[in-house]
Amino acid sequence: MNGQLTSAQFWRLSAIGTMAFLGIWYLAHALALAPPQFLPMPHEVVIRLLQLMRTPFAGGTLQEHMLASLGRFGLGFGLAALIGVPLGLLMGWFRWLDDIVTPIFDGLRFIAPVAWVPFAALWFGTGIGGPTLIIFAGAFPPCLINAYRGARSVDVRYLEAASMLGVGHLKTITEVLFPAAVPSIIAGLRIGAGLGWMSLVGAELIVASSGMGNQIVRAQSAIATETVMAGMIAIGLVGVVIDILLRRIERALLKHRNA
Amino acid sequence: MANIEFSNITRVFQRDGKDFLTLDGVNLTVQDAEFVAIVGPSGCGKTTCMRMAAGLEFPSSGTVTVNHQAVKEPGPDRAVVFQQFALFPWKTVHENIDFGLRSKGLDQAARQKIIDYYIGLMNLKGYEGAYPHQLSGGMQQRVAIARAYALDPQVLLMDEPFGALDAQTRVVMQEELVKLARKNPRTVLFITHAVEEAVYLADRVVIMTSRPGRIKEILDIKSIREAEGWDSHSRIEDVMDLESFVHLRTRIWKSLREEHGTADH
Repeated sequence: MNGQLTSAQFWRLSAIGTMAFLGIWYLAHALALAPPQFLPMPHEVVIRLLQLMRTPFAGGTLQEHMLASLGRFGLGFGLAALIGVPLGLLMGWFRWLDDIVTPIFDGLRFIAPVAWVPFAALWFGTGIGGPTLIIFAGAFPPCLINAYRGARSVDVRYLEAASMLGVGHLKTITEVLFPAAVPSIIAGLRIGAGLGWMSLVGAELIVASSGMGNQIVRAQSAIATETVMAGMIAIGLVGVVIDILLRRIERALLKHRNA
Repeated sequence: MANIEFSNITRVFQRDGKDFLTLDGVNLTVQDAEFVAIVGPSGCGKTTCMRMAAGLEFPSSGTVTVNHQAVKEPGPDRAVVFQQFALFPWKTVHENIDFGLRSKGLDQAARQKIIDYYIGLMNLKGYEGAYPHQLSGGMQQRVAIARAYALDPQVLLMDEPFGALDAQTRVVMQEELVKLARKNPRTVLFITHAVEEAVYLADRVVIMTSRPGRIKEILDIKSIREAEGWDSHSRIEDVMDLESFVHLRTRIWKSLREEHGTADH
């Protein structure tokens, strides 16, 4: 096999994969490998998903839970990007800032976002603050690290050109360093958004009283497996949509670069 | 009014704990409004000389002055045209030329006038809004030259500016640069490994030895060019056919060929 697939081949293989997955699922159900209340059939899960959009469960419809989650996500991820990206760029530019921040940052970034949950709950409660901190903990490191790496790997020719043009520090950072680092920054934002979204759902399992994570943990206590699975699918779909949006932004921003 | 003066330049670089001498006792003065080309085998340190004048690199000993001021850092008084153009891919042609002008604190109208002038001079009209990747290599280098000239620098430093261009584009660019240089004489230090280009463009050609780079000889082209009336020919191939041109070119080639023989790598 060599690398490139035509798009027809791609879709055919994707279809085969999906069919096989659903086939095994149905087969497991038919063979009663698990009690039916723990293993609903795929179409039951889809029907449940559509139902959740109309009838409230755990205090709201699917859309209401999604909005609650997205609000927290937007706040936590937005803060992570707004602080992480400029800080990463500046660390890449000013060596002393790098030396100040890196030890603390390296010490904190290996604490898994979920490990922040008890602390976040103690300090910021279970409303908006706690979950926001947890998303921030998930999204911030990739935002910062990628901006930093982007700044450090800027082609030195651009910096030399800027300095011979007499451009000062600030303008060099905003008009040379930042745009040159954009591909790396966007990669960081995409990783950060993914980790942030995953951390959020983890956080909501524990500390929130609404949201998509809270919805599935409530479904679990009601042993409503098809609701749990429908909620999981919805969470995955939202994650995919967030990534697609960021990819769109990436393409728009990089329109004028040559490969 | 500006000259470039290299006095007793040596340059040592260290690798694996050993010292390598790359430049050894370089003395050279580029006079005001003079166009000097440096040719030499690759690795002889000619680009390093240019980068020292730009303030992008520094000698291990000796001094580089521009207009009698020691060079400490890069600045718009010493505009550089890089071999790989170094245009900002995220800026349009207009923005690329404007970037340095904005830092000079000129107002919008003054900048626009300068930009329009060089856009016209470099045949870039209609491409102001284009991004570098939408332009051919030759056009990109014209933008880079416009960007450098627009700064109104005291000296222009060119590091094999046509090295990345195809042969045809290269010829056109050489002709344009000659016109520009004769119309608008400036102090230019031009680095190249192309002998014909050096003879065609420069007032004086400096030949360097292979590493460690020393100045081997300096040839006065200008007096021959003027005596033989090269500039009455607008096409480079007509100049290259002249006996005086061929003679100089062959002379430099022979000189460089000797260096190739003695190169220690």
